[in-house]
Amino acid sequence: MRTKERAVDLEKWQGRKRPYDLVKEFVVAMVAVAVLVFACSSIFGSPDERAITLQDWAKNTPSDFVKTTTSELAGGTTSATYGAPYNQASEGQVLGPLKLQKWFGVKVPIEAARDFVVAPLAMSDKPAIQAALVQWKSATAATQSKWATGYADALEKAGEVTSVADSNGSFGPVPTMASGLLDIAQVGALDGMLTTQASPLPTDFTKPLLFLADGTYLEDLAVEQHLGGDQWGMMNETGSYPGQSWMWLYSFWYQIEPLKSSENADAQVWAIMGLLTLGLLFLPKIPILNQLPRRIPIQRLIWRQYYREENL
Amino acid sequence: MWTTRLRKATVEKFEPTDILPDEQPAYVASWIYVFGVLTLAALTMVIATGITLATKGSSWFHVSDVGRYVNSLHLWATEFFFVFMVVHLWGKFWMAAWRGRRFATWVTGGIAFVASIGTAFTGYLIQTNFDSQWIASEAKDGLNSVGIGSFFNTLNTGQSLLLHVAVAPLAVGIIVIWHVILVRRRGVVPPLDALDIAGGAK
Repeated sequence: MRTKERAVDLEKWQGRKRPYDLVKEFVVAMVAVAVLVFACSSIFGSPDERAITLQDWAKNTPSDFVKTTTSELAGGTTSATYGAPYNQASEGQVLGPLKLQKWFGVKVPIEAARDFVVAPLAMSDKPAIQAALVQWKSATAATQSKWATGYADALEKAGEVTSVADSNGSFGPVPTMASGLLDIAQVGALDGMLTTQASPLPTDFTKPLLFLADGTYLEDLAVEQHLGGDQWGMMNETGSYPGQSWMWLYSFWYQIEPLKSSENADAQVWAIMGLLTLGLLFLPKIPILNQLPRRIPIQRLIWRQYYREENL
Repeated sequence: MWTTRLRKATVEKFEPTDILPDEQPAYVASWIYVFGVLTLAALTMVIATGITLATKGSSWFHVSDVGRYVNSLHLWATEFFFVFMVVHLWGKFWMAAWRGRRFATWVTGGIAFVASIGTAFTGYLIQTNFDSQWIASEAKDGLNSVGIGSFFNTLNTGQSLLLHVAVAPLAVGIIVIWHVILVRRRGVVPPLDALDIAGGAK
């Protein structure tokens, strides 16, 4: 039901007035905010945890690096199977019949095995690596997959290792490729190789970050900093800082079922937040909700001085 | 002519005293009214510290104590900006401040809130530290899941940087100015229980 607008709300206020100085109010507000901001900055400062590199990853958890490299070759990592906007390996997330992720297409092409492993190895001048690449490229996709999957399984079984002996040659060139990439990463060359393909002065870190995220090193460090998805990580920040506390509602949905374990959680949370945002914008038009200020009379508290003075 | 209509719809609707008034209705007497101007003051601090950071480059705060301090000012100004804005928003809700053809004022305020969240998000992406790496890596999945990732790649720091220092502040600035103009034009909404007398209360 539409509430009829009152004349007193529509027309310019003709009742009692009080002196007011907007400029003075703004200056006082500026001083108050400046005091608060300078005080908090002086007392608490701000966090700045150093960024991590592929070199850090390869040096600190070489086993994870080698396993991830092998999985890239086997086509089993998150990046390799992601879908749009990186590749067409899967449909990506859906919202009922809406396949928005797929429909908007591949705009940042990534072929994980080629981009993260084969292309950097091709820059090596080591004969063993070049020979391994020749063997890899001349094999069929099925053979490549058999080699890489076999080696990935063997590494997984062996635990925290960086290589497994290939007594009967069933892993093909994969052990050489994985170890070769580990060597390149450990000396710090891989970071540059993955960022300078488009320009020697990089600003795009898509490839190293996707590769890094395919392993467990990045996530383990994030969880240590209480930044995991199930730790309200969307709104947290490194250290004990408030972070993006305004993202609390967005983070909230990831903490509860069925969204927590949904394969399409991201799309579903975005849909919920989209609807809630529209609800906020059009709240004045939503029945019941737009009557709450009358039903729950907090306004009596806000305007208590005026009501007292006017005996209302 | 649309130009004439535009002029009439904007400047001619204002009296000089609407812009910087020397008096307010008597009911404008509550602490809750302070949060609108506090939000603007915090936004001013955010812009001033942001400009300082922008002139020195994205890596400055990693290597300079002064840079780190300015970064802290930028962070805390942003934190207070959101606190003030949320209190302002709740205050306006309980006042039902959309009454009297003030729906556009409410909507522009809501859009300013959402645009500010987006702007702050791009700020977190360009810290060039571990926090920004993790946020970029996690947030990409949300954006990609609804197709936005095809246009905005959180892992592309250059894109985030330009969005944060150019496009996003422009968007927030325009919507905030529009919101403030609407507030000045329509005036502050009268109390819900004010007497409904044509032309204003007694």
